[in-house]
Amino acid sequence: MLGPVAAGLWGTVLPAFGHLPAAGLTGPSLDPFRDLIAWAGLPRAVFLSLSTGLLATVISLAIVILVTAGWSGTRPFRALERLLSPLLSVPHAAAAFGLAFLIAPSGWLSRLASPGLTGWDRPPDLLIVQDTWGLAMTAGLIVKEVPFLLLITLAALGQADAQRSVTISQALGYGRVTGWLKTVFPRVYAQIRPPVYVVLAYSMSVVDVAVILGPNTPPPLSVQIVKWMSDPDLAMRLEAAAGALLQLALVIGALVVWRIGEAVVARLGRRWIASGARGRFDTIVAGAALVGGSASALIVLLGLVVLALWSFAGFWGFPEAFPDAFTARNWVRFGPGTLSAFGETALIALTVGLVAIVLTIGCLEAEYRYGLSFSQRAVWLLYLPLLIPQTAFLPGLQTLMLNLGADIGRLPVMMAHLVFVLPYVFLSLADPFRAWDRRMGTVAAALGASADGVLWRVRLPMLLRPILTALAVGLAVSVGQYLPTLLIGGGRIATLTTEAVALASGGDRRAIAVYGLMQTGAALVPFALALLIPALVWRNRRGLQHG
Amino acid sequence: MDKGLSLRNVTISKSAAPLLSLTHDIGSGEVLTVMGPSGVGKSTLLAYITGTLSCDFAATGEVWLDGHNITHAAPHQRRVGILFQDDLLFPHLSVGANLAFGLRPGGGAAERKAKVEEALDEVGLSGFADRDPATLSGGQKARVALMRMLLSEPCALLLDEPFSRLDAALRAQVRDMVFDRARARALPVLMVTHDAEDAQAAGGVIVTLGG
Repeated sequence: MLGPVAAGLWGTVLPAFGHLPAAGLTGPSLDPFRDLIAWAGLPRAVFLSLSTGLLATVISLAIVILVTAGWSGTRPFRALERLLSPLLSVPHAAAAFGLAFLIAPSGWLSRLASPGLTGWDRPPDLLIVQDTWGLAMTAGLIVKEVPFLLLITLAALGQADAQRSVTISQALGYGRVTGWLKTVFPRVYAQIRPPVYVVLAYSMSVVDVAVILGPNTPPPLSVQIVKWMSDPDLAMRLEAAAGALLQLALVIGALVVWRIGEAVVARLGRRWIASGARGRFDTIVAGAALVGGSASALIVLLGLVVLALWSFAGFWGFPEAFPDAFTARNWVRFGPGTLSAFGETALIALTVGLVAIVLTIGCLEAEYRYGLSFSQRAVWLLYLPLLIPQTAFLPGLQTLMLNLGADIGRLPVMMAHLVFVLPYVFLSLADPFRAWDRRMGTVAAALGASADGVLWRVRLPMLLRPILTALAVGLAVSVGQYLPTLLIGGGRIATLTTEAVALASGGDRRAIAVYGLMQTGAALVPFALALLIPALVWRNRRGLQHG
Repeated sequence: MDKGLSLRNVTISKSAAPLLSLTHDIGSGEVLTVMGPSGVGKSTLLAYITGTLSCDFAATGEVWLDGHNITHAAPHQRRVGILFQDDLLFPHLSVGANLAFGLRPGGGAAERKAKVEEALDEVGLSGFADRDPATLSGGQKARVALMRMLLSEPCALLLDEPFSRLDAALRAQVRDMVFDRARARALPVLMVTHDAEDAQAAGGVIVTLGG
């Protein structure tokens, strides 16, 4: 998987130093960087990339850690856990649209409160969505990163023996949150560190959420890179490449800063632990965290509701809380267009998802049969494609393919998707696959089943549910991919995601709602099936119903 | 041709530290009990004999079964049956399908079905073929696991703390059943346990490792 990333980076470095034979330019030269520095929007774009990325990561991590610390094992936490899969599968773009439809001056929240509470009978002239500080964009990132980090944290908790540590510290007089932070958090954080870095790198370089919720003039660096890339003037690709290298440097810089921050927090934390403070504000902190966590879940769900409202809305004037009439006209009008995009989306996602699941099972089975074991370093290798910002290597990959004369189309898009899908599928299947009781294999072999027989007749059927879940994760990741589809597809591969994001600038809420819901459905239905199919197939097998 | 299971200079070590070494011949219908506290590598010995030793361990020595050297044979070709303390019935298969999994290939569908029924009758579980194994009691599961293993017609039987999960009343009953069947089929049996009562009941040679 490192091949395409390395090739893409190489394809970025060359034009960044003025080498682009396709445009008749040969380097090396520093002109692209001079042009980049001369761009007036640069300081702002750099600031936005850093501020949205760091803020989104810090806030979502804080919410997840404090909610887990204060509430794990309780009823509200169970409710959040149940919402996790659906929340995770909602694509970033759909969640961002939902948020925009909620908080915009003419959004649902403002309509619900008007004119009764606010006295507005026209949408106020406020820049809430696409605000210059990128706050809406940060919020959009947070609501999507919270479920992801929560999932990762829950997985890490399983290995941390958390419950007993908290019980002990509570017996020693520590509050729940303080006890958890002092005893469990260090172990959990060591486990979730790679995905936290992924969240940071992703939030700094995200494109689709930034297009929908981020500021326009100037946009965050990643969006500007894509704009330069799609400029008909090939020479603009040089500036794009220079920008991409800057983006990479920013992400690396932010990761270094984060690493230093970890050391500082660790030092302060050790002092805090040694102080023996029992935690006086635990209830307040836990309450605030629960509010934050529920709010972030609620925003995504309400966003889907408002998308659904708009998709069936007839005339809906401000400040009415609901449309005058509900109609299927929007679906009739945009439905056929979504269907062809859905076909493309499904074809790509299914192919990529199946390839990823086969590769993953192959890897894990080889690890089992030949007694190989993945070191911590190999885990980092797996995360690497997720840590390098997409905007840093995808433009290079596209330019490289252009230079090689390779056809831009569906197959390269699939391969680009695979780079991002495979790590998620692997990470989601690895734990359940390894947790399978090896003695089952010993017994089956002792009964005369060959190694392949054990795999097909015992292991895979027993692991049906985690395998389907991992496949659903892969499908959702593929459905949500924006930049690889756009850049590697050369704008000619139209998936639900690229179509929906393209609608963002037009502002036709009904069209956006239909596409956003279709996109959500394409990601959500596989998750539902991953729950439903094993429940049906194994309905008479009690031993597999909670496995 | 020597019938029985022979361990010749079997030595197992973990990162160069020797865990155990054993040389012993177990004749047909005889039982060898290996005792010792947990952690001395009792189960590791069984893993070596079944061919599923983890690569964390290094082992030397030979395992012979009925005159064949099976030291390097594939696990599924060794014809060594094993029972663990857990029943390890395949949760996705019915009771009958679990038994059919064990039954050696060959014969028509009707004939195989009859053999499965016969095996269930033998342990007092007639009519259980379509049941979900998760709905069986502990003693019933242990009996199914035993019959599944016997249907694969093993040439030797390994027992890994096989009775420690069963309560006292059930324990003697299942234990007698296992040893009776093994004796009736003249199987060499190797049992590892830390339970003195099980070791006594086995009635064979007792080797104590470590401690």
